[in-house]
Amino acid sequence: MALKNEDGSITRALLITASLLFLFIMLILPLCIVLYIALRSGWETYKNTVTDFYTLKALQLTLSSTLVAVVVNTLFGLFAAWAITKFSFRGKKFLTTMIDVPFAISPVIAGLIFILTFGRIGWAHEWLDSYNINIVFAVPGIILAVIFVTFPFVARELIPVLNAQGSDEEEAAALMGANGFVIFFRVTLPNIKWALLYGVILCTARAMGEFGAVSVLSGHLRGKTNTLPLHVEILYNEYKYSQAFAVSSILVIMAVIILIARNIVEYKGKKELGL
Amino acid sequence: MKYLELRNINKSFGEYKASDDASLGIEKGRLIGLLGPSGSGKTTILRMIAGLETPDSGDIIIDGRRVNDVDASKRGIGFVFQNYALFRYMTVFENIAFGLKVQHVKRDAIKKRVGELISLVGLDGLDRRYPHQLSGGQRQRVAFARALAPNPHLLLLDEPFAAIDAKVRQELRKWLRKMIESLQITSIFVTHDQEEAVEVADEIVVINAGRIEQSGSPVEIYKQPATPFVARFIGRSDVIDNAGLLKGFEAAKDFSQAVIRPEFIRVEKSGHLEKYVRSIEEGTVEEVSFRGDCLELKVRVGDALLTANRPLEKDELRAGDRVSVLIRRIYVFDGDAARILENENMKNQAVYI
Amino acid sequence: MITRAKSPRVIPGFGLSMGITLGFLGVIVLIPLASIVLTSSGLGIKGFFKVITGRRILAGIRVSFLCTFIAALINAVFGMTLAWVLVRYKFPFKRFVDGLIELPFALPTAVAGISLTAVYSSRSFIGMFFERVGINIAYTRIGITIALVFITIPFVVRTIQPVLEKLDPQYEEAAAILGAGRARIFFQIVFPEILPALLTGFGLAFARGLGEYGSVVFIAGNRPFQTEIAPLLIMNKLQQYDYQGATAIALVMLVASFGILLLINTVQIYYGKFIKG
Repeated sequence: MALKNEDGSITRALLITASLLFLFIMLILPLCIVLYIALRSGWETYKNTVTDFYTLKALQLTLSSTLVAVVVNTLFGLFAAWAITKFSFRGKKFLTTMIDVPFAISPVIAGLIFILTFGRIGWAHEWLDSYNINIVFAVPGIILAVIFVTFPFVARELIPVLNAQGSDEEEAAALMGANGFVIFFRVTLPNIKWALLYGVILCTARAMGEFGAVSVLSGHLRGKTNTLPLHVEILYNEYKYSQAFAVSSILVIMAVIILIARNIVEYKGKKELGL
Repeated sequence: MKYLELRNINKSFGEYKASDDASLGIEKGRLIGLLGPSGSGKTTILRMIAGLETPDSGDIIIDGRRVNDVDASKRGIGFVFQNYALFRYMTVFENIAFGLKVQHVKRDAIKKRVGELISLVGLDGLDRRYPHQLSGGQRQRVAFARALAPNPHLLLLDEPFAAIDAKVRQELRKWLRKMIESLQITSIFVTHDQEEAVEVADEIVVINAGRIEQSGSPVEIYKQPATPFVARFIGRSDVIDNAGLLKGFEAAKDFSQAVIRPEFIRVEKSGHLEKYVRSIEEGTVEEVSFRGDCLELKVRVGDALLTANRPLEKDELRAGDRVSVLIRRIYVFDGDAARILENENMKNQAVYI
Repeated sequence: MITRAKSPRVIPGFGLSMGITLGFLGVIVLIPLASIVLTSSGLGIKGFFKVITGRRILAGIRVSFLCTFIAALINAVFGMTLAWVLVRYKFPFKRFVDGLIELPFALPTAVAGISLTAVYSSRSFIGMFFERVGINIAYTRIGITIALVFITIPFVVRTIQPVLEKLDPQYEEAAAILGAGRARIFFQIVFPEILPALLTGFGLAFARGLGEYGSVVFIAGNRPFQTEIAPLLIMNKLQQYDYQGATAIALVMLVASFGILLLINTVQIYYGKFIKG
């Protein structure tokens, strides 16, 4: 484009510098400081904190609740995207909006609604109690909270891709007598695999880092209902800064891995679209 | 007995009426072209025959059996989609084999059948390619082979040439026609291109606004348009008012509009058509354009601007020349029916051209 | 809600997929959400207003709206700049920078909270620098705003980026040939094209920031009337087992969030017509 060359090199340099400076101060610096404080008190302290019993317990709960949330939301996302893109029915717009609702809700409110439903004052409490099921201040509550805040992620990635691809290939397969499973696994899934993976990655990122909703529902029982982000909070509030940042560094590493995975998937997906 | 029959089919999508009491019968082994402008409902009819859409009312009968409630996959049809809908993540071989695989045909039999089809459509050696590695024409051949693989009795093709560039299209049309002829399979294809319909189909069904206007051989459709729409839609035609003022067409004054085609008109330099003096109109050439095999003239006769063709070997005419125009016949419309009117004065003169 | 399917028999799985979708949606989202309505109806209109017009509550809501608005505004400016730089310029490590934009999304908010506090507290290099100039960042509204800027960076950038990528350079070239200067080209040709995306990104950032809790509580200091945000007020009410009070505040926030989303939809519909027409 001719304009690009004309674009003043001063404006260009200025804009690039401003952008990079902004990102450095807002993103890189906090990231570096986590690692700096985590290692400030020496490698021994760091190692001890990271391999501490309660840290490992928290890591375990974070990983398992993330796994459950990803599995549930992937299943939901696939079925919801299938229903919404392959059929026409009244109220489709409304349904799509409803799926997006958790996006618009503060995590604290997400926690609140489960307390109001399943907590001591909740209308479902008595009924669940008779089966000896505890949700609030217990692991199921944490899992529910994580599922709720990541609810739309997979569906949202799949719906536009399925809409853009249309239903011709599925119709062609159905015309030849293929059943639902064959159509889904042989025809649809290969077409949406990158979008699905992308949704799963976003879902994982959000699930493992969820704080507000989990904080409301957890009760902060160390070793029982404590996730990694909650563990960070407890250590921080006890003024154990080095330990808090050491535990944070685990989450930072996980976040960086997710970020890299996200970029690889996005790149591959785009490349395939370009075919 | 008709192989495929549609009886009083109605289908609406909200406000839009895609089929309006459409009835149709097709004989076994014929190659039918459903022709109509875009939005006329021709694709909807094809999709209803396939079972991809359900009619709101009316019957679809294939081989004497009402199939309205029969699964699309059990109707014994092959369908070629407009954009082919080839499975992106399967090779040519896997695409063609798909229909056989879901029917649990034995692996050796699949291999044999797919091999035959790949040779039949002339894609030998490309069986391991993916759709994105093929040209438009090759993709169409794969789609065709895939539709044929399970041995359907009826082949449906939705705008089979729309996604192919003009050069290859010509060749593919001939290929498809030959292919279908040799396979003896009843086939229906949808098109908006009349040239394509005329060239490929044994029989053309003209559709407009969800209604079936006329069906018949290309020649019939061309020579005896049954409705005003067909007369206007098929061929090159000019619509004129006041046809009753033309010499020899006094009978046309009862009709509001008429259609004249270039091949109904002969144009000569003024004074060269004296033997038809009672039939000719005087006019002026307004425009001359070269059409490759002939010259196309725009001639002003009274209010009307008519189109005429003139062979290249005849004397050259220029814009502004005064000419004599002989109109041999016109189409006039009587309600929903179209009628042919011959030039009365020429008949009386009993002169043959 | 369920009526006939597009192709009733052709593509299978309508009943199954619809059943699972509605089932999950009901159990996980709709039924719990209904509890809010149920609880607040127990409060009554008078009780509701009594809670939310409490001075401390009003102050908290004000802080939340104010800081979120400023943060979204800052991101509108920097988000636009970033999108422009990432789409139009080539520079080293561009792909790395582009990938970095999603960091606030991947980094757990609690970690973001404590690390931002560490960066901007008076004990750190940057915090000391600002303190000498007379600006305290950590434990003030400025700190809250910075945390919210961090958390909402991706929204504006990622909504504008695709629009800029698709923008046909012919419009700008045409304007340049007609003699328009660069500033005029940007503000009269480019800006109107990305405005709907900018508004959408702004709205999304605002909605997200309004509800943000994890990254803010650490840097806010949480002094009543000064640096308490609305989600924290809900948290406090919950810790005092004042469920109805918590619900009343939550209701206000929900209405605000849905209002914003509705506004975004309206903007998109309005501009959608504009572009088509």
